[in-house]
Amino acid sequence: MKFNLDVLDESEKIMFALRTLYSSKGYERYRMSKFEEYDLYSRNKDFLVSDSVITFTDMNGRLMALKPDVTLSLIKNNKDHPESLKKLYYNENVYRVAKGSNSFREIMQAGLECFGSVDSDCISEVLMLAVQSLETVSEEYILEISDLQILSALIEAVPAPAEVKQQLLKCFSEKNRHGIRQICSDNGICREYAERLQTLISLYGPPGKVLEKLTALCLEQGLEAEVKRLVDVIRVFRDTAYQDRIIIDFSAVSDMNYYNGIIFRGFIAGVPDSVLSGGQYDKLMQKLGRRSKAIGFAVYLDKLQGIKR
Amino acid sequence: MDKLLNVALPKGRLGENVYKIFETAGFPCPSILEGSRKLIFENREAGVRYFWAKPSDVAIYVERGAADIGVAGKDILLEYEPDVYELLDLDMGKCRMAVAAPKNFKDDSRYTLKVATKFSRIAADYYASIGRDIDIIHLNGSIEIAPILGLSDVIVDIVETGTTLRENDLEVIETIVPISARLIANKSSFKFKQEQIEKIVREMSGHRKQ
Repeated sequence: MKFNLDVLDESEKIMFALRTLYSSKGYERYRMSKFEEYDLYSRNKDFLVSDSVITFTDMNGRLMALKPDVTLSLIKNNKDHPESLKKLYYNENVYRVAKGSNSFREIMQAGLECFGSVDSDCISEVLMLAVQSLETVSEEYILEISDLQILSALIEAVPAPAEVKQQLLKCFSEKNRHGIRQICSDNGICREYAERLQTLISLYGPPGKVLEKLTALCLEQGLEAEVKRLVDVIRVFRDTAYQDRIIIDFSAVSDMNYYNGIIFRGFIAGVPDSVLSGGQYDKLMQKLGRRSKAIGFAVYLDKLQGIKR
Repeated sequence: MDKLLNVALPKGRLGENVYKIFETAGFPCPSILEGSRKLIFENREAGVRYFWAKPSDVAIYVERGAADIGVAGKDILLEYEPDVYELLDLDMGKCRMAVAAPKNFKDDSRYTLKVATKFSRIAADYYASIGRDIDIIHLNGSIEIAPILGLSDVIVDIVETGTTLRENDLEVIETIVPISARLIANKSSFKFKQEQIEKIVREMSGHRKQ
């Protein structure tokens, strides 16, 4: 077979580069060739990036969907094996409505998932692959890493009803310090809590700059194990070319009904929102009746249009 | 990548006052106050580019990354929920989002309440939070005439001094949320222009406390 690389467009080249990267680390390709029942997506609506799904009726009368997401289907179609580790990657078209638009689009997405005995080595490997995926795409990139265990422990400690905690969480995603102060004073929450949350939200930057203060804050709150785990998983970047490319930032927030532990988001210069997003989602696994742990991420290739490599 | 910091300012008095804070914070661009019809102004030395935008559009410029930072009212942020960082309450352009009605108005819960507003989401969220069934009439301006003409029972709008309301025989019956101008930043720009943006935040919060 004759084949000339010049026929590939930029996004195809990125796609092949990512596939090469993932398979070099022992990830197996997963192909999604059939359709899932709409029910799978509707039951886990909040996990999806957008909750609109294209549906159709199959020959046997069942309501099916064009995939809005690959992760759910990967979980469903892989056997539960909590004792071992399964590493998969995919490269699929998904169908979604972009924010603020009224029409569906076909979007090329690549990503990988690990199921099973996810330990800190596995998390480190996935973080490293996330950074290397960004490197594949652009010269100027940043991976921001957050830890939902630390964040939720500090928010849970606040003596307030669930909806107030939800508002506080929203302030985190906005880096909204004055909002936290306002919510706490409106709800008669002691200043101590407000200040602690404001400290956490102000702690962002490269690990070298942040970890000392973060460790102090966590020790004071009895979160020794949590902060140690975070330090462990990001140690993989120490003394590598990537150490300036990662930042710890607790404004990266994901739905805590699905995600737990480490979550992360990738940005490249010139693209206004994140082009990569992922994290540990053991809670989603539990919802789907799995005992395996899981971590993964997706790269949104549609957002890379017009980026010069 | 463009190293100038792009700043979207809301057209009008608020924007002019905000620019003055930027100027004292070390990001001057004198040509901006010359009263020309130009909309974009650069000062390469200070590393900054300003442009005037319609106040309700500032959040869109910032969310989409055409501006790295901008100044927008909390009303706009609540209504459009842009995915941006809200770095600072500037304590300027203060007013409140309120429900206003003709004098002596009494809400009859047997009927759906007709609410005229520019801020459909804020109105819907507020009435959902108190469990009142409403019918939203979205208008783009002169909201005050809606109750007078019988188009709506009440209005949800921004109230600054209350003069317009009084002159149209309306009064505030409920404050929904206090409003002020906020400094917002694009989430990606914040990562790549962090030093410049943080300098502005520091200088501006210092200025605000004075």
